Amino acid sequence: MQHSASRLLGLIPTLLVLITIAFFLIRLAPGGPFDSEKILPPEIKANLDVKYHLDEPLLMQYFRYLGQIITLDFGPSFQYKDWTVNELIARGFPVSMTIGGLAVLLAFLLGTLIGIVAAMKQNTGTDYSLMGVAMLGISIPNFVVAPLLILLVAVYAGWLPAGGWDWSVQRMVLPVLTLALPTTAYIARLTRGSMIEVLHSNYIRTARAKGLPELLVILRHALKPALLPVISFMGPATAGLITGSVVIERIYSIPGLGSYFVQGALNRDYTLVMGVVIFYGVIIILLNFIVDLLYAWMNPRIRYNEVQ
Amino acid sequence: MTAPVLRVQDLVVNFTSFTGGILQRKERVLRAVNGISFDLNAGETLGIVGETGSGKSTLARAILGLIKANRGRVMWEGEDLTLLGEEELRQKRKEIQIVFQDPVASLNPRMTAGDIISEPLWTFYPHMAPLQVEERTRGMMKVVGLLPNQINRYPHEFSGGQCQRIGIARSLVLNPRLVICDEPVSALDVSIQAQIINLLKDLQQKLGLALIFIAHDLSLVKHISNRIMVMYMGSAMELSQREALYRRPLHPYTHALIKSVPIPDPKLAARARQDSWLAGDMPSPYDPPKGCIFNTRCPYKVSRCQTDVPALRRMEQGDWVACHQAEDLDLSIHLDSASGIN
Repeated sequence: MQHSASRLLGLIPTLLVLITIAFFLIRLAPGGPFDSEKILPPEIKANLDVKYHLDEPLLMQYFRYLGQIITLDFGPSFQYKDWTVNELIARGFPVSMTIGGLAVLLAFLLGTLIGIVAAMKQNTGTDYSLMGVAMLGISIPNFVVAPLLILLVAVYAGWLPAGGWDWSVQRMVLPVLTLALPTTAYIARLTRGSMIEVLHSNYIRTARAKGLPELLVILRHALKPALLPVISFMGPATAGLITGSVVIERIYSIPGLGSYFVQGALNRDYTLVMGVVIFYGVIIILLNFIVDLLYAWMNPRIRYNEVQ
Repeated sequence: MTAPVLRVQDLVVNFTSFTGGILQRKERVLRAVNGISFDLNAGETLGIVGETGSGKSTLARAILGLIKANRGRVMWEGEDLTLLGEEELRQKRKEIQIVFQDPVASLNPRMTAGDIISEPLWTFYPHMAPLQVEERTRGMMKVVGLLPNQINRYPHEFSGGQCQRIGIARSLVLNPRLVICDEPVSALDVSIQAQIINLLKDLQQKLGLALIFIAHDLSLVKHISNRIMVMYMGSAMELSQREALYRRPLHPYTHALIKSVPIPDPKLAARARQDSWLAGDMPSPYDPPKGCIFNTRCPYKVSRCQTDVPALRRMEQGDWVACHQAEDLDLSIHLDSASGIN
C-alpha cells in the first residue's frame, strides 16, 4: 500500500512535464483567443489582454497558471463566455465517460470472448472467420461505421434514434457500438495471440494431464496470463475512449468532452485546451497506474518483489 | 506372473507439417512413434531409453491420450484408451498420471504449491471437505520430501529439484496405479537426479505403482527399471530384462549406447574409445532409411539390412530385439572394458 502511494507521488513530475509542454505549444501556435474576422478595436483588445493576463511575459503567465491549477481551478473559458473550464469538463465528461465506459466494458468482454474462442479453434474456419471480421473491424474507420449504422438501424429499420442525447439507453446503443467496434476487434486479436502462446506452455499441459476439463484449463490456468497484454492495452485505450471521440460525438450529436477539445484548439481557447489536456493526462496516468496494480495482482512474482 | 495392466499394441503417432506456399502446399509426415508394442505389469518399472527425437515423449503422451494416436491400441485393464471420448479419458487421469520433463515450467507460476498439488483433488472430488484436502496435500508433500509448511509458496520460491517433487506429489495425489515419468530428472543437477530417482523408487515400492521411466541416458534407468526398452527414431530396437541388457545387449544400437556412457576411469576410457563407433547423426526423420532404420549407423550391417525391416521378435531367453543378426552377434559387455554404468 505504501509502495502504491509513493508510486502515485512519482507521477507528479510526469504531469508537470505534460503541463509545461502543452502550455508552450498552444502559445506557440499562431493566432490568439480573441482574433476573429471582425477586428476588435485595439483598446478593447488591450483590455481583454489585461483581463486575462495575456499582456504579461510568457514565463510569468506560465507560473501564474501553475499556481492557479494547484487549486484545481482551470480558469474561465476564453470562448464559451460565462463558463469556466471546470464547468465545461463537468458537463461534457459524464456523457463521454458513460459512452466510453460502456464501450470499454463491451469491448473487453466481447473481445476476450472472441479471442478465446478463436484460440481454442486455432486454424479452423471459425478462427479464420472471427479474425477476418476482427480485421475488418480494425480497418473500417468510425466515420464510415457511424453513418452506416445510422442509415441501417435508425433510418431504414427505424429501431433506434439517429442521434441526440437524453441519457436514454436507446440513444446510447449506436454510439457505444461504433466506439466499441475497433477496440473489440483489437482486443480479440490480442487475446487470441497471447492465448495461443499460453496454451502451448508446459503448465497448461500439466493442467490437462491433471484431468481438468478444458474449460477449467482455460479459465483457471490460461486466462490470467493470456490477459496480461490485453490489460496493458486497456489502460491507454480506456483513457482514449472515456475522454470522448470527436468524430462520434459530432455524428451522433452528443454533448461530450471531445468536441470541446477540438473547438478549444481551433479557437485558441488556451484555458480550455489546457484544462482538457491536463484532465486527459491525469486520466491516462491513473489508468496506467491501475494497470500496474492489476499486473501485480495477477503475477505473484511481482508481488513478491514488492514485499522485498 | 500377473496379467499386464497396460498393453500397448502397434502404436503409431504421425506429425504432419506443411511446407511450401499456399499454392504448392506439400504435406510432410513425420512418424514420431512407429508401431510400438509392449506390456507392463502391475508394480513393474519399464525404462524407455533413446536419443533426443526418438519418440519417447510422444509415446508417453500418446499413452495418456494427450496426443491422439494415428493407429494402434492402448489397453488399460482391458479398455482401449484410444477409443475413449474426452470425458471418459479425463476420468482415467485418476489412474494414469505423468511427471513432466521441465519441472519449473510445468508448474503454473501463479499457483501455490498447495494449489498445484490439491487441484486434481478438487477436480475429481469436488465435495471433499477443504480440511481433508489440505490434510492430504500436506501429507503428500511430506511423502515426496517437501516441508508441509511450504504449502503457500509459489514455484519460483523453490529449487528445480523441489519443483519436481511438487510435480511428483501432484501426480500421486489421486493414487494412480501407473505413473509415466517423462525424463523427470534431465533438467536437474546430477546430485539432485539421484535424489529424485531414489524418491521415485521408494514411492514405487511403497505404493505398488507401475512406472514407465523415460530417459535419454542408460545409466539413469538402470537403477529403477525391471525391463528396458530402447527406442530409435520412433521404433523399438530392443526390449530386455535389465540385467541381460547391460550384460549382453542384443541390438547393436543398445551396445553403442552402453559404450557411449562416459567412463570415469581415464585408463579404461582410453581403451574403450578405440571401439566406440556410433558414427554419424540420426538420419532425417522425414526421410527415414529403407530397411532397418538403424542401418546407416550400424557397423554390423549386411545387404539385407538395407531392404528388409527387421521385426521385433522374441529371442530364446525371452527378450525382444529388432535385428536380423541378433543370433549371430555377440555384443557382450566385458567388465574390464566396461562402461560408465555401475
